Amino acid sequence: MTEETLLKVENLSKSFGGVNAVENVSFEVKKGEIVAVIGPNGAGKTTLFNLVTGVIPATSGKITFKGVSIIGKRPYQIASLGMTRTFQNLQVFNNMTVIENVMTGSHIRLKTGILSSGLRLPNVYKEEKEVMQKALQCLEQVGIADLAFERAETLPYGNQRLLEIARAVAAEPSFILLDEPMAGLNPQESRNLVNVLKNMRKQGMTFLFVEHDMETVMSIADKIVVLDYGKKIAEGTPEEISSNPKVIAAYLGEEEAI
Amino acid sequence: MDNNLTKIYNRSLKGPLIFFVVIMLLPFIFQSNNYILSTFIMIGFYSLVTTGLTLLIGYAGQISLGHAAFYGIGAYTSAYFTATLQMPSWIGILVGAIIASLVSLIIGIPVFKLKGHYLALATLGFGVIIFTFFKEWKTITGGLNGFFGIPPLSLFGISFSTDFQFYFLIWIFVFLGIFFARNIVQSRVGRALMSIHGSEIASEAIGININKYKLQIFVLSAVYASIAGSLYAHYVTFINPQLFEMMTSIYFLIMVVIGGIGNIWGGLIGAAIYVFLGELLKDIVPKIIPNASGEFEIVFFGVLLVVILIYMPNGISKAIFHFIKRITSNFKNKPVSAFSKKSTGSDIHD
Amino acid sequence: MELTSQFIQLIFSGLTIGSIYALIAIGFVIIYNITGLLNLAQGDFAMLGALTCISFVNMGFPLIIAIAVSVVIVTIIGGLFERLAIYPARNSSTATLLIITIGAAFVFRGISILIWGTQPLALRPFSGNQNINFLDATIQPQSLWAIGISLLSLAVLYYFFNKTYLGKAVTACVVNRFAARLMGISPQKMSFWAVSISAGLGALAGIVIAPISGASYDMGIMIGLKAFIAAVIGGLSNAPAAIAGAFLIGILESFTEGYLSSGYKDAISFTLLLIVLFFMPNGLFSKVSGKRV
Repeated sequence: MTEETLLKVENLSKSFGGVNAVENVSFEVKKGEIVAVIGPNGAGKTTLFNLVTGVIPATSGKITFKGVSIIGKRPYQIASLGMTRTFQNLQVFNNMTVIENVMTGSHIRLKTGILSSGLRLPNVYKEEKEVMQKALQCLEQVGIADLAFERAETLPYGNQRLLEIARAVAAEPSFILLDEPMAGLNPQESRNLVNVLKNMRKQGMTFLFVEHDMETVMSIADKIVVLDYGKKIAEGTPEEISSNPKVIAAYLGEEEAI
Repeated sequence: MDNNLTKIYNRSLKGPLIFFVVIMLLPFIFQSNNYILSTFIMIGFYSLVTTGLTLLIGYAGQISLGHAAFYGIGAYTSAYFTATLQMPSWIGILVGAIIASLVSLIIGIPVFKLKGHYLALATLGFGVIIFTFFKEWKTITGGLNGFFGIPPLSLFGISFSTDFQFYFLIWIFVFLGIFFARNIVQSRVGRALMSIHGSEIASEAIGININKYKLQIFVLSAVYASIAGSLYAHYVTFINPQLFEMMTSIYFLIMVVIGGIGNIWGGLIGAAIYVFLGELLKDIVPKIIPNASGEFEIVFFGVLLVVILIYMPNGISKAIFHFIKRITSNFKNKPVSAFSKKSTGSDIHD
Repeated sequence: MELTSQFIQLIFSGLTIGSIYALIAIGFVIIYNITGLLNLAQGDFAMLGALTCISFVNMGFPLIIAIAVSVVIVTIIGGLFERLAIYPARNSSTATLLIITIGAAFVFRGISILIWGTQPLALRPFSGNQNINFLDATIQPQSLWAIGISLLSLAVLYYFFNKTYLGKAVTACVVNRFAARLMGISPQKMSFWAVSISAGLGALAGIVIAPISGASYDMGIMIGLKAFIAAVIGGLSNAPAAIAGAFLIGILESFTEGYLSSGYKDAISFTLLLIVLFFMPNGLFSKVSGKRV
């Protein structure tokens, strides 16, 4: 594993109308790592994701991806640098089949424009065949290739999550953000997803993910970043985090409140 | 693995070609019946507009209530260039398309920052403003008195002055338009458009520049409307601003919704239903309600629109295509397994 | 002297049409805030109100009865429209609902063509034709009726939404749907009442303007759209700003007509709409009111 830094977040802050959702957060993700962001509800995890992927603008701080500053870039520009994501509330394209969802994921890898497609130029058909092949491979990677020609909206929840991952992979990114990938999955589906992610890591993929399910986090994360009330309260290996008194306090505090 | 693509995209030209041949044979049957010919010609104009609009509304999910403006821009540009400036027809068509694309580009940049209601209203407002231009820029357009004496269309030395001749011309344009649109839909661009409709946030997250695509398809749909308008002006030889009013934009929208979103033939089907139903009602209703006058038929279109949106949100074309599929598969006596039914039935992009 | 009298006259006709827009704009605001629906058939309630009232007057009913009965009838039509067209599609996208209201508008227009034909009909002014002289400007008494009735209705609405239990319940529904549900207020019932009340307001607006501009099947299109522009430039969630927007549009139009040409008045209103949509998406007065629901 190389020590190349892929994502670098420095002193990142975001406030909504005076309330700090993310405050002065810094951390790094190295190539080939699986980094988890955890924290009690409302700790700012999803906000952090939305900042990194450019969905919402940061109030202050720096984000660099592959050495390039991505502050102020639109989400599609960030994606074309090689960073894709999945969503906590599923954002599958319900108006398409499963395979089309994944083929759409390859968008930035293809060239066809309005004119060349409209005139049915020969290279378009070639590109289409290739992208379909590629999409089938991505579906195989997550294990739902047999559902390729179903309508996406008919898939059960767990398979829609896998579909989103396949779609994110189809862009051939170097870095994928997963927003609560295990939410709503049964234990069997969770184990399956963990295996999928582990296999992808073996092939060199880097992940940053938000997760509530501690078992998953402890089993696959190389590094954990803990947020509480928008601030980073700890960072370290799963062993370090599970014995960190601040983290225990933050979680126990939350349980008491419930 | 080659034929996998056919499971999602029906790229076959067989169906469209059969349809094209039938359409091309019709005038020989009704050669002397100008009423039928002119009815089909009107369907042709509308189909060209609604095919472009189907890309915008049905695929990209962006509403427009102002497309009559582009139809009018094509019509007035052609009228001005051929009647006033005495230039050849193709120059009028070309300049009209260029003006329509420039105008749509300029208006599209701010408009597509808006969503939902506001997008609808902004396009509607834009339509009213362009209508005012048609009405008030009297030196060019003739104002409310209208623009007279537009010469018949002539292309490549052929003059299209009779309904019989014009019929072929407009329907060749319609088929080229549908062919172009169908190819777009069955490609990377089509998927990008549909993804915008599906989820804007997800489509940006995989690298799709959604504003660029919304704008491109808006411009393309404006060009379709403009070309249809140019041809229309040459066909009727007299135009006035009322032809390009807000109501016309709404009629275009109705055709698209009736025909069905997410199907490239939806525009044509919607236009055909709209014209035939309109003619039928104009024929029948006065027999039941003798003093009916004006555009009373809008009651029926209103009801049809509401009923379709509530009970058949994908429009009529989906149902028609299901029906054709069923008939053809029965005809070929093919056993239909659960799997193949699912994957070649409703989801295929015709 | 003539300049000032023309000026005053234009102000008055602007306030007159503005008060009509205000009544319909309030209908937009009520529906929009309670249901999120943008009802493009709103102007057609004005048309239905005006034509129904004319029919009752022609049958020999006293004006006041004709007005009251027409408003009630259109209110019921509004309720029917909500149940038949909006309620079944309540889970559809905003664009679909918008097109459904266009469909409904077509139905209203088509029905009125079948009942009343396409020729404009007239309603006699509420209190004679004797013009009033005010600082050398001649003012139709109907203008005063229009402004007066609309201000009175707005005052009643203000009282209803801020002082009565039902009104407060509706407001609660706007502010917090969840809390409203907990209190046993059903949003679906609210939607029904909102559309009905807005229809009644629209009918009143149509009746009041009929003696000035006449009434015909297509009068609702532009009235409705102008009222909508007023509501948008005021900021859709803010009733007082929508009323201010309505008077602003009314005066802008009357000045365009007086000093430029009536041909431009629609384009100018819509240009203002586009400017507001592009540059001030929260409405013209968002800074002044500083409130967003």
